[in-house]
Formats: sequence, structure tokens, C-alpha cells
Amino acid sequence: MNVKAHINKLGWPRIIIGLFLASMYISCPFLGLDLKAALNDTFIRFGMNAVLVLSLVPMIQAGTGLNFGMPLGVEAGLLGATISIELGAKGFNGFLVAILFAIIFGIIFGWIYGLILNKAKGGEMMIATYVGFSSVALMCIMWLILPFKSQDMIWAYGGSGLRTTISVENYWYRILEKVLNLKNINFPIGEVIIFIIFAFIISMFFKTKSGLAMKAVGTNEKFAKATGINIEKERIKSVVLSSMLAAIGIVIYQQSFGFVQLYLAPFYMAFPAIAAILIGGASVKKATILNVVIGTFLFQGILTMTPSVVNGIIKTDMSETIRIIVSNGMILYALTRKGEL
Amino acid sequence: MKKNLINNIVPILILTLIALVFPLSGLRVIPTIQEIVLRLSRNLFLVLSLLIPIVAGMGLNFGIVLGAMAGQIALIFITDWHIIGIQGIFLATIISIPFSVLLGILAGKILNKAKGREMITSMILGFFINGVYQLVVLYGMGNIIHITDKKLLLSRGYGVRNAVDLINVRRGLDSLINLKIYNVEIPIFTLLIIAGLGFFTIWFRKTKLGQDMRAVGQDMEVARSSGINVPKTRVLAIVISTVLAGFGQIIYLQNIGTMNTYNSHEQIGMFSIAALLVGGASSSKATIFNAISGVILFHMLFIVSPNAGKNIMGSAEIGEYFRVFISYGIVALTLVLHQWRRKKEKEYKRKKEMEAIMKGELNEKSI
Amino acid sequence: MEEKLLEIKNLSKSFGENTVLKDINFHIKEGEIIGLVGENGAGKSTLMKIIFGMSVIKDTGGYKGEIKVNGKVVNFSNPFEALEEGIGMVHQEFSLIPGFKASENIVLNRESTKKSFLENFFGEGVTRLDVDANTNRSEKAIDKLGLKINSEEVITNMPVAHMQFIEIAREIEREKTKLLILDEPTAVLTEKESEILIETIKKLSKKGISIIFITHRLDEIIEACDKVVVLRDGLMIKSIPTSETNVEEITQWMIGRKVESNKEKTSDKEIDEENIILELKNFNVDMPGERVKNLNLKVRKGEILGLAGMAGQGKIGIANGVMGLYLSSGEVKFKGEDIKTNLPAEPLKKGMFFVSEDRKGVGLILDESIAMNIAYPSIQIKKQFLKSFGKVFNYRDIKEITNNANDYLKKLKIKCMSSEQRVAELSGGNQQKVCLAKAFTMDPELMFVSEPTRGIDVGAKKLVLDILEKYNKENKTTIIITSSEVEELRMICDRIAVVNEGKVAAILPATADIIEIGKHMVGVGGDK
Repeated sequence: MNVKAHINKLGWPRIIIGLFLASMYISCPFLGLDLKAALNDTFIRFGMNAVLVLSLVPMIQAGTGLNFGMPLGVEAGLLGATISIELGAKGFNGFLVAILFAIIFGIIFGWIYGLILNKAKGGEMMIATYVGFSSVALMCIMWLILPFKSQDMIWAYGGSGLRTTISVENYWYRILEKVLNLKNINFPIGEVIIFIIFAFIISMFFKTKSGLAMKAVGTNEKFAKATGINIEKERIKSVVLSSMLAAIGIVIYQQSFGFVQLYLAPFYMAFPAIAAILIGGASVKKATILNVVIGTFLFQGILTMTPSVVNGIIKTDMSETIRIIVSNGMILYALTRKGEL
Repeated sequence: MKKNLINNIVPILILTLIALVFPLSGLRVIPTIQEIVLRLSRNLFLVLSLLIPIVAGMGLNFGIVLGAMAGQIALIFITDWHIIGIQGIFLATIISIPFSVLLGILAGKILNKAKGREMITSMILGFFINGVYQLVVLYGMGNIIHITDKKLLLSRGYGVRNAVDLINVRRGLDSLINLKIYNVEIPIFTLLIIAGLGFFTIWFRKTKLGQDMRAVGQDMEVARSSGINVPKTRVLAIVISTVLAGFGQIIYLQNIGTMNTYNSHEQIGMFSIAALLVGGASSSKATIFNAISGVILFHMLFIVSPNAGKNIMGSAEIGEYFRVFISYGIVALTLVLHQWRRKKEKEYKRKKEMEAIMKGELNEKSI
Repeated sequence: MEEKLLEIKNLSKSFGENTVLKDINFHIKEGEIIGLVGENGAGKSTLMKIIFGMSVIKDTGGYKGEIKVNGKVVNFSNPFEALEEGIGMVHQEFSLIPGFKASENIVLNRESTKKSFLENFFGEGVTRLDVDANTNRSEKAIDKLGLKINSEEVITNMPVAHMQFIEIAREIEREKTKLLILDEPTAVLTEKESEILIETIKKLSKKGISIIFITHRLDEIIEACDKVVVLRDGLMIKSIPTSETNVEEITQWMIGRKVESNKEKTSDKEIDEENIILELKNFNVDMPGERVKNLNLKVRKGEILGLAGMAGQGKIGIANGVMGLYLSSGEVKFKGEDIKTNLPAEPLKKGMFFVSEDRKGVGLILDESIAMNIAYPSIQIKKQFLKSFGKVFNYRDIKEITNNANDYLKKLKIKCMSSEQRVAELSGGNQQKVCLAKAFTMDPELMFVSEPTRGIDVGAKKLVLDILEKYNKENKTTIIITSSEVEELRMICDRIAVVNEGKVAAILPATADIIEIGKHMVGVGGDK
């Protein structure tokens, strides 16, 4: 009986995904694949994406829904990165400058986004998606007309506007590792540390008076109202927090990846992150740090393992298709759960 | 009068925008009209297929993508079997039906489990089924599913090619009856079929099923307690929409002449919905007029933007991005307006009720 | 015709261990109008749910006894079966499609359609509606009511009274309808409109339709009904022709208790009549189902004031309105100071607190621990239980929170594993104690408590009331208790205000005769 209850609580999709991943790890040696390298790959991708997935937590806890509008926060982070490069800041300073501007724009964008969502109570997720899409399109125009001058960013031969992909190799590529003097170790210790820092901050936040208020709004709005909590204000706060974290998250991603990707890159960024946190056990109304860790690991694990493993078995690269099915299937599962409205 | 203005704020804004920008785009009138006629005949059917789920209270059905995929699978088959012209189109239509019905039932059942979040769920469902579609078309066809014409397949021997030339059935519908007025070519037959769908929609509203859907769309609980089978009615609405979308995609593709196997259907959902909203519809109310005006306005934006962008801002790219921004922004704006308006209406109603009760009190006292 | 249309024999119903109806026997003849009266919790709505076959009855173990329609034994498992046998019900909440016309609502899901050959392939769904026939049918139904309402008007544009009539028209349009149950149909009507409704009911009865008329307005019962059936605590106290009784007698049957065992409340408190801690003037609250209309009330400092009244008459709305949970207007003065309405933080900051009747929905976060639930408002409003980290971050002081909770676990005898236990796992009585602990932790000057003993076992009931009484005595906190159980109010209150039709009908000392109180509750005391 207890087993059945556990299965119900975990949900079949998660179990399937977990088993799927485990089976891939197990089959590695049989296919002649290096398990250690594969695991390491997974960890690196974990480090890249963890904060982005973490950014979903404030809005979920506050009942503002899954942040399909994450591209808005990502754009803030891209602004931070480009401004930092424009200012010529290198090394760890450059990284900090990028983070600083990411936070500033994250707050501004998040605040506007929060105001919009407050007018749309009940239909947040749909509207968030489209606000996200519109903001990407708007920023595309911005990348073309903003007066950036840095030679590392604009088109060569005197074209106008920023390049689609900008390398950060001369600025803060893998700065988190370099700062800790761990250049030669492949494991992403720097990213993991920074994730732990932010996870700790978020966890502490929800223990403060402000965080408790936000949680109440997400768990039981009537209770929150009766306790004198200003529901509108808490919702905006959650959106600002989420957007800020998304902005920081993309900067971390870029320093690990090595490139700043502009224009249409952020368009679909929300979906993998949302799929990840859902795989980790979160729901539309409740998410914990553990969900973030487990989910990011499982999701990135599948992304790293599938190409090599599936290719090894049937000699075809089905990774893209599998990614689409897994991530959207997971989100679909979460959306059709009863009693989470 | 004022209420009319507010309700139609979106199309009015877009119309104003286009009116301002058109002269600056440097485009000429007649070719533009030709483009619009072409795009109407191409896209209107798909947009009309969105109407019925709205009537049934299920919002904007992003799941028409599923119907589009069904239509494309049908087209793959008839292209493989080398069936040409109007027969090809007709056969494709017939073949698409069982796929559409199955996908529609699946979609309807899933949406029934996501009451209150139908729109986002149908959007994600569209992505999900796209993955399944890829499994079937990119890996299954030529493999488990037999394809005779090897030219359709990728060089590795299985999986349909990225672009399928529909030369057999290209313009199969359009060229059936063609008229030319003032140098503008009008595909009469296609337009007749679209008009047919229009009449079907109007007729449908007056049937028992249509009435049931209208009731379910307004208040599921009241409908249920009056004996209407609410889940079944909702599933039917989605099935009809999906089947129509299948037809619509076939009409769309026979006009373009080439099928991008893995892309043609992807944006269909967003574009059709954006067009409908640009025409003044909302997620709970949409008319045929919204559909027609929406397609015209939306595609005018398409046509005008690149050129206007080049002439005003010096970059066609900016014009393109601006168009994308407007399209998505419109959808976001309409959705927000819709939620906000619903809230205001509820508050207004409650205020009126309180006032009525107070007045009733006063009346009683004065008797 | 003297045939019995509906016969109820020895009907009993329990929800778990709670017996809600016991040995009910009555019958209705064709064309008879029966009035059904009783306090909240007397069993009226359960009885109607059984007759109408609502699924909640079957889901909780069914019922004992027999129901016969036209001599035939029936056992409905859903409302549709009841409809088939000719029993229709008009509920209190409107069941109309707002955007449809009256005619469309009247024939909803029973529309006349034009025959078509397509039917053979696709089923009934594709047949066209016969608009003329449907309009005809609706007009006939409206005619039967003897009213002039435009059948083509859309529901949202109709006055509330018309909506009520359209609902009735829908039920009688069914050819099979022989018995109509009307649940508080006059609740939303003005006096004039109620008169019209009663005329309509009489017309229907002359046409042979029997009616069960549920209302608490006893004068309407006398006016409209042939017979009146009085329920009290699940028992049928009396069934008597209205011609042989009067309003006072009916009130007595509704409210009187068999045993006059109330302990006489000895008032050793010094209550200053002039010291008014809370004043409400022309106070309105828009709480659906419990509207408050132009209410005036003065609450004395230090007293325990009871708010009594029938369900739906507004007593619940008062606290909800003052505390900003529902839209309100009018004047609220606390300690002489004007309080802003519709801002829940205001009254909380000024020293008022509310223990809501909706324990699980408003009063608690079910997934949280006992300790956190108790501490929440104090953290948010009074900034208590917080530790500072470098003077910037204020985060919760778990030790303090736990200590406070343990304190109350002892004081209020809350049965649980520890203060960390999730509130959802506690019994109703213990959940209520947690809500009280929450209130006490806030140390308010004035406390509203709504339905404090609802859904709690007998032992816990007494404990809760004792706790409140003690708190008032020791801390001099003014307590306003809203309760459907007049008995309880009489036990611990100093005064009892009776709320009827959204206003204060009367304020009586708690020692007043229970019949007196009852009369005001049904609107017959005082100036009527």
C-alpha cells in the first residue's frame, strides 16, 4: 500500500524519466561510451542551468504560476552582459558588472511584467508566454538600434547593430573556475558554489517576514488576505525576484557556455527550465530547492545522454525529438493534475 | 457606441497603424490587394476553424496544430501515391479525417483535465504532438511506414525530406475556377469553400449541438445540471476544430505549393490565433467578421512591415522584428484586456445588484 | 383529488455518526402547498437533497425509510431520475445561463428541433432548433405563472425577481412536473415581488401542481401554504394546516427546546453602557448569501455580544465586512476612530481580530505546522517572532514560535503530536483551537468569532466556549460571537443582537426568553 502511495505522489512520468535516465547510464559501458565523461557533461550543464531553473521558484511559491515569461528576465541578463562588455570590464569584475546590470534591469522589467500579470489574474501563464515572446521581439529591435560600439560585439565591416553571437572568451569565460584557480579541473565547482549561494539566499528569503507573506499568497490566498497581506504587492515582488534570478542565471550560463546569444535565442528558453523543475517534483503551485536540483540534473542528464546513447543503439540522432517529447510531456502532465488550480 | 469602440480597440489600433505606415512603405495598391486576396484564400479557413471551441468556452485552440499535422500526413501519402490535381486534394482531405479525429479526441480529453487552463495546455500539447509527429515522419516513414516514392525520403533512406514539393496538387483548388478583375486574380473555388465553412459555422450555431456548446461555454455547471453531457460536448468541439484545421492546412499548402515538413505547421497556431485576435475577437467571443478582418489586417502587417522598416528605419530586419513584436504583443494585450474586462464586469454586476437591493429597500420604506 | 402525490415514511439520514434526520413522516396531496420551516441545521436542506436525489446522499450511505411517488416506491440516485418522476427543484443559487434568452433557458436541453435526415448519421446534435416552437413553449410556461415577462430578454439584463420566475417557469415547462420544491424563493425579492410570487404559487397549485415552499418568513407561510411542517434538530415537530395555527406558535415549535436547562448567566462584569468600542453606522456588506444592509450597531467595551439570526440573513457578513474580507461601505468607528473599510490590514493593526467561520479556507494554511499557523498574523502585523540578521534581514525565530505554540497547546489542551504537526491532520475541534490560539497570540482588543463550535464534537464545544469566556474575563477583550446556535450564545453572552434581512432586528439581554429571540429571527418580533 505504501509503495502505491509513493508512486502516486511521485507520478508516473517522473518515474519513467528517472528509470529512462538510469538505464542510459547503465548502458554506457555496453555501448563503449565513457560514463565518467558523460556524468561530467551532465554536471557542467547542471551548473549552467541551475540558477535559471531556480528563478522559477518565487513565482510558483507566490501562486503567480509557471514563469513562461522567463525570456523577459533573460533579456535583462543579456543587457547586463552586453553593457559589461561595452564598458570593457574584464575578468571577475566584468562578470560582476554584468550581474549588477542584470539585476537592475531584472528589477525594472520584472516590475512592469508584474503589473501586467496582476491585471490578468487567472490567465497568467498564457499571458506570460506572450509577454515573453513580445519582449524578445522588442529586444531584437533594440539590439539593432542601441548605440553599442564595442568591436567585439558589433558586426564587422561597419554593419549596424550587434552580432547574433558574441564570444566572451576575452572577458569572463569560465571566470568562476578561474577565480577559484581551478582551471584544470573539469568539474564545474564555481557554478555549483554560486548556485548554492543563491539557493541559500532564496531559502532564507522564504523564512523572512516578506517571504512568509509571499508564500501565504501562493498557498492560501484567502488566509493571506485575512492576515492583512497585500496580495497584489506580493505577486509583483515574486515576479521581480524571478526576473532578477533569470537575469543572473543567463549570465552564469553565458560565462560557462562562452557566448552571449542575442536575438531569437531566448525565445523558447522558458520551456526547458519549466520542464526541469516539474520533472524535479514541483507543481504549478509548489516548488522547493530540492525540486530544482533533482529536476535540473535529470533533465540535463537526458539532454546529454540521449544523443550518444540512442546514437549508439540505433545509429540515429533522435535527441531533438526526444527532448521535445520529454520536456513538453512533463509540462503537460503538470498542467493536467487535478486540484492544483 | 462607446462600448463598441472599447470592444474593438485592437482592430482599430492596427488599422490606424497600417494606414499611417502604408504610404511610407512604398508599396503599390493593386499588387497589395492581390497579396491580400491570396492570403485570405490561403489562411481564412484555418482561422475559421478556431471559432467553434471559443463558442464552447474552451478559449483559443492552439491545438489546431494537431489538425495541421494530420493534414500534412495526408498530403505526404497522396504525394507518395502520385495522385494529382483536385482528386489529390480531395483524397488528402478524406485521409486527414481519421487522423484529425483521433488527435482531436486526444486533445479534447486532455483539455477536459485542464479546465481553466485550456489555452496554455493546448499550446504545450501542440509542441508535444509535434515531437510525436517528428517520431513518425522523421524516423518512422520509410521505415516502419512504407513509402513507395524514394524521392520523398532523406538521403539516409528513411524519414521524409525537409521540403516536399507538392507539384502534383499545387493550386489544385485555386486554379479550378479563376477570375481576373482589374489584374487581380481571384481563386473563386477556394473562396467558395471558405464561404461554405462560414455558412457551416452559422448553421452550426443554430443546431442542438451548437446550443449545447453555447450553454457549456457560458456556464458548465448549469449546463451539467440540465443534463447536457459537458465533457463529451467539449471533446466534440475540439474534434470538429481539429478536422477543420486539417482541411485548412491542406488548402494552405496547396496554395504555397511546397510543404516544409517540419516547419509548416509550427507557427500556424500562433499566426491564426493572432490574426483572429487582431480582428477584434477575444478568448470567449469570436465572429466570422473578426476572422475575415483579422486575416486582412494581420497580413497587411506582414506585407507592410519589411518595406516600411526599410524606408523608415533603414532596415527591413527592424520592420520584420517590429511585425513579430506587434503580433505577439497583440495577443498578450488582448488576453490581458479580456481578463481585466471580465473582472470589471463581475464587479459592475455586483455593484448593480447591491444598488438594486438598496433601492428595493428604499422603495419598500416609501410604500 | 385526494391522492397522495408524495409520501415520506420513517425517513432517517445520518452523516457518519451525526444523525441529521430522524423518523420523518409526511405526505403531500396533489395541488397542495406545504411550507417547510426550521432553523439552520434542522434538516431542511438534507431532506430536500434526499427527495431530489442528489448524489451527496448516496455517497454518504443513503437513507433509511421510504419515499413513495403516486403510491410507487422510489429511490433516486440522481436528480434526473427525480425529474423523470415529476419532481422539480428551484435552488437558492440561480441555475441560469446568463447570456441566453429567457426562452432558451426555459427549454434548456429540452429544445424542440426540426426533423432532419442528417439525424440518422450524426445523431440528434445536428438537428436545427425550432426557434418558434421554443419561444411558444416558453411563453406558455410564463403564462401559466400568470406573469408578463418578455421571453426574448437576455438573462443578464433581467431584474433579479424575473430571473427567479424564469427558473420556476423552466421547471413547470416540463410536462411531467407534478411537484415543485422552492428553496427560499423570496430571499432575493422585495415585498411586492414576494406577493407576486405567492400569487403565482397559488395559481400553480390550482392547476394541480404540488409545492414545497421553504422559507423562514412565517407570514409568507401563513399566506401561501395549506399546511406547514416544522423541523427541529432533525425531528418533525409538527405538521398542521396553516388555518389552525399562527406565527407565534410556529416560532415556538421552530425554536423552543424541550428542556429549559440553561444555566442562568450571572453577570458579575462591570459593563459601561456608554463606553462604545465599536460602532457601525449604515453599514453594508456585499457578501454573497449573507448581505448586510444599512446596519447600525453599538458594541460595548468588555462585553461578549452575540450575533444571532437565520442563515442568509447577514449575521455572518458583519465580521467579514468589518475585517475587510468582503466589499463593504458605511461607517466603522473603533474606539472613536474611523476605520478604513476594505483594507484587511487596517482593523488588524488597530487591534481587532477575526476567527472566521471558514476554518479551513480562511483560518488556516492546512499544509503548515500548528506553530506557524498560530504565529503568522503576529509575524506579519506585529512583526513579532522575528530575529534580526545584521539589522537588515528579519527572519522567523523558530524557537520563539515553537515556545508560543507549546504554550497554547497546554492552555487550550490541543491534542496533537507536536507543534510541528501539519494542521490538516488535526480534528475539527483542535483546528478551531489553533485558530483561537492564533487570535490570542495577537492579543486583540476586540475579537470577532464566527461559528466557533460548528462541526466540533460536543466535548470540544463546551471547551471552546469556556475558553472564550475565560479570555474575556481575564483580558477584558471585547468578544463578538456570531453563531447559529442561540443556546450557546445564551450561555456566555451578555447581550444578543438578532440580525434579520441584513439589519439588527433587536438587541436583547442574553437572559431574554428564547422565544423572544426566535421571533425576531423570523421577523415577527418588534414592529412588523
